[in-house]
This record gives sequence, C-alpha cells and structure tokens, in this order.
Amino acid sequence: MVDLAAVGGSTAAIGYGLAAIGPGIGVGLVFSAYIQSTARQPESSRLTLPYVWIGFAVIEALALLGIAFGFIWQGTSF
Amino acid sequence: MSVQSVVLAADIPFPPSVEDFFPPSILPWDAQNNYWFTKITFLLWATVAILIVFFLVANRKPQLVPTRRQWLAESIYGFVRNNISVEMIGPRGVRFAPYLTTLFCFILLMNLWGIVPFVQISPNSHIAFPAILAVISYVMFIYVGIRKHGFWKYLKVALIPPAPWFILPMLIFIEIFSNFIVRPFALAVRLFANMFAGHMLLLVFTLGGFAMINANLFFIPFSLLSWVMTIALTFLEFLVIVLQAYVFTVLTASYVQGALADGH
Repeated sequence: MVDLAAVGGSTAAIGYGLAAIGPGIGVGLVFSAYIQSTARQPESSRLTLPYVWIGFAVIEALALLGIAFGFIWQGTSF
Repeated sequence: MSVQSVVLAADIPFPPSVEDFFPPSILPWDAQNNYWFTKITFLLWATVAILIVFFLVANRKPQLVPTRRQWLAESIYGFVRNNISVEMIGPRGVRFAPYLTTLFCFILLMNLWGIVPFVQISPNSHIAFPAILAVISYVMFIYVGIRKHGFWKYLKVALIPPAPWFILPMLIFIEIFSNFIVRPFALAVRLFANMFAGHMLLLVFTLGGFAMINANLFFIPFSLLSWVMTIALTFLEFLVIVLQAYVFTVLTASYVQGALADGH
C-alpha cells in the first residue's frame, strides 16, 4: 500500500497542547478570583497578591511539566 | 535583509532542539565533549562576581542620605525583607531575609542572561542550577522545622492535619507526597522549564524568520513579523524572569513559614 499523504513530527506537540488546557483554565480562575475580590474590596488587593502568585506558580507548574516531559518523551515513538 | 545574512542563514537548522542549550566548550578549544568551561559556566561565575562586587561596593561606605547604588541595593533588600520575608513568615522572618535576598538576586540575574542581547541563554535553563537551589530550600525548611519542633513533633506538624482519624491514613500519604516529594521537584522544574521554554520560544521565532527566508524569498514579510514577535516575546520574557525569581523566593519563604507554624 502506498502512502498518499503522511503527517510527520512528534505527537508530543499534540500532547502538550492537551496538557496546557487545564493549567490555562486554572490560571484564568486564579486571576479572575483576584480581580473579583479586588473589585469587591479594593483594600484587600495587597493582602491577596502573594497568594495570587503562589497559586499562579503552582498551577503553572503543571503546564511547565508538560513542556519538560514533552521533550523527555519526544524520542520514544510508541 | 542583506544577501550575506541570507547566505549565513542557510546553515541554521530550523526546529531548535535540546542541542541548542549546550554551547560549545570555551576553554579546551575544539573539545566538543569536554564541557568543563562553557558559556554557561562563565555566566554562572559572572553572576556571582557581579552580585558580590555590587553589594560590596554599594554598602562600602553606607551614608544616611544614600547614594544611588546604595539606594538600589537597599531597596532590593528592603523589598525582599518587607514584602517577602515579613509578609510571608511574620516578624520572625527577618532572620531569613539575607538568604532570601541572595536567592532572589541570584535567580533574577541568572535568569536575566536569557534576554541580555548577545548572551541570550540563561544558565537556569539547565536543570542542574534550579535543582541545587531547590535542594538548598528543601534542606533549609526541613532543618528549620526540626530545630523549631524537634524531629517527631515536626513530622506531626507537617504530616498530620486536623481531620477525622479514619481519613488520616490517606491524608498522611498525600501530605508526605506533596510536602516532601513534590515541593523540591516542582520548585526546580518550574524555574528550569520557564527558562527552557522561554529560550526555546525566542529560538523558534528568531530561527523561524531565517527558515522562512530560506524557503522562499517572498516570505520576507513573514520573517520580519517573526522577528518583531521575537522582540515582543523578549519583553514577555522579562516579565517571566522577574516573576520566577519572585515566585521561587516567595515559595521558599512560604515553606519556611509552614515549617515554623505552631501546629494546625
């Protein structure tokens, strides 16, 4: 059988695209919560800011693990 | 776009790979597999030297009305002390301020090499440097906790949350996993992956411009767009760089705070 069309490259890219969905939503939730809380009570903005960055960093770690593992596993084809 | 750079671009491999993170050896010239002194090593020593010299010079003759350098050094220290140490750990946090300031400045400067023109690689895009920094934080918060509470008491504080007894077996397992396994790993991988991904992103857009010119001369507008994107992404990288230095320091402070907390 002759291949009429073929797609080359690493499926790790697709995997990373899927893996980035969750952290994307998560980071969005963190900042939406911060904006809402600041809009409701502007004085609390400085108080909650460190927690915003901690939450952001913890969630973002998932997306970054995706990048790292994408490179680690890109060589294995099965 | 001059003809010469198009010719030069011909041997630029397009999809950037992990190989691009290993610049050739500087000192034993032409020794491809002898990586004992490379750009990365040089940047590490340069970072350390710059930090030591800067803080020594800035605080050599401290004055009541600070000079500009003294002001810069003091505001960096003041920022870390007030906005990170004291805010996260509480009044006891002041004694961690020197370490946290060192950590913050070191990571910031190491990351900053990633966007300095003509240098443009951060040593932190090699996992070894973030890993050692994470190990230092890991050992420090455990040591601080054990010294504060004693070994068994610290394990109790760290691992046993206030919960009904029948759920504890599962919770203790989760706490061990999250406090003692995931923490240092996530700390190291977060910094590493940010710098790695940032460098990769800049490479893709820079080399992508050359690749498109090589493919077809009519693609020049697209490659110009690609290089404009590189500049825009460099500013984004600056944001990420400062943020990651801040986040690493804040997380270290928050782990220390967790170790110092008086039970639940």
